[in-house]
Amino acid sequence: MSEVKQFEPFQMDVLKEVGNIGAGHAATALSKLLDKPIDMRVPTVRIVSFEEISDCLGGAEEIVVAVFLRAEGEAPGNLFLFFTIDSARRLLRQMAGLTAGGEEGFTEMELSALQEIGNILAGSYLTSLSELTRMTLTPSVPSLAIDMAGAILGYGVMEYGASGDHALLIDTSFLNGTEETAGRFFYIPDPTSFEAIFEALGVPTP
Amino acid sequence: MTVSPLVKVGMADLNTAVGEGAIRTTGLGSCVGVTLYDPVIKVAGMAHVMLPSSSIAREGALNLAKFADTALPELLARMDCLGAQRTRLVAKMAGGAQMFQFGKQTETMRIGPRNIEACRGILGTYGIPIVAEDTGGNYGRTIELDCATGKLSVRSAQNGSRDL
Repeated sequence: MSEVKQFEPFQMDVLKEVGNIGAGHAATALSKLLDKPIDMRVPTVRIVSFEEISDCLGGAEEIVVAVFLRAEGEAPGNLFLFFTIDSARRLLRQMAGLTAGGEEGFTEMELSALQEIGNILAGSYLTSLSELTRMTLTPSVPSLAIDMAGAILGYGVMEYGASGDHALLIDTSFLNGTEETAGRFFYIPDPTSFEAIFEALGVPTP
Repeated sequence: MTVSPLVKVGMADLNTAVGEGAIRTTGLGSCVGVTLYDPVIKVAGMAHVMLPSSSIAREGALNLAKFADTALPELLARMDCLGAQRTRLVAKMAGGAQMFQFGKQTETMRIGPRNIEACRGILGTYGIPIVAEDTGGNYGRTIELDCATGKLSVRSAQNGSRDL
């Protein structure tokens, strides 16, 4: 059980669809917030070693803006919304007309706006998963960090530490316009949650 | 002897270096970076510990570097092979942050402090003194140990650089 490296291709496809539905609803929510169309990329399901995990975000020392929510319930897991510093500033400008004063750092108001954006998007991601699977998934209060990708992801995959050296990430980017990545969702179900997810979606588990 | 200038240690990984150059690990969050150093023969070791105890491990082949209680004995054994003397070893430690703050703290969220406590305890049982540490807080760190001097430089996004 829960050895993610051994998942079958059809199980990976199901997880991809989970990302598609979750991020799709989140993109719709963002689109309403910004009052403009938001596109998303096809989700990727990555099984990555702890060594390489930070490469997904440009390296362990890359500074990223992260909003984190813990999903509690029948299939607990971690949900992250990542922005680059630039994409976070762009989003703040578009949504609230907030223009960052200095080169470095964000004001308290900008930080709480980002946290609230994260809350709304992650909330709609989880709500749609909850509806899809008919499982109870309750999001925690969102928490925000602007820090090294390695430090944040290391925390995010902690639950996988007991069972191996690989973690499974459902990664979906959404776009500002047609090309530019506005932000990324990483949904990281706990390794013990896959059985429940597959069962709820009627996917046979070997 | 040729010495590689920079030895990298990944997450849940450990390594050693001798003589010159440096040994580094990047992006420590709740993980703890422990370094051991024998100043006489300039043997350096570093572990990037992710979890406090191997008792929770459900995997077949254990990655010793991942858990405090297995990583430190393994690192010591490797340093013994390189001629390090236990009585001369000094330890330094960094990391163990709480990356995210919540009203309700569960045990998982407290993983940083628990990692620090575990490493301290194990170093204590071996009688290895912790001569410097930069632990806790809510931010990530990158650390680099200079093999020639035993100096540990700690860098963070928010607080810049400091030497231990």
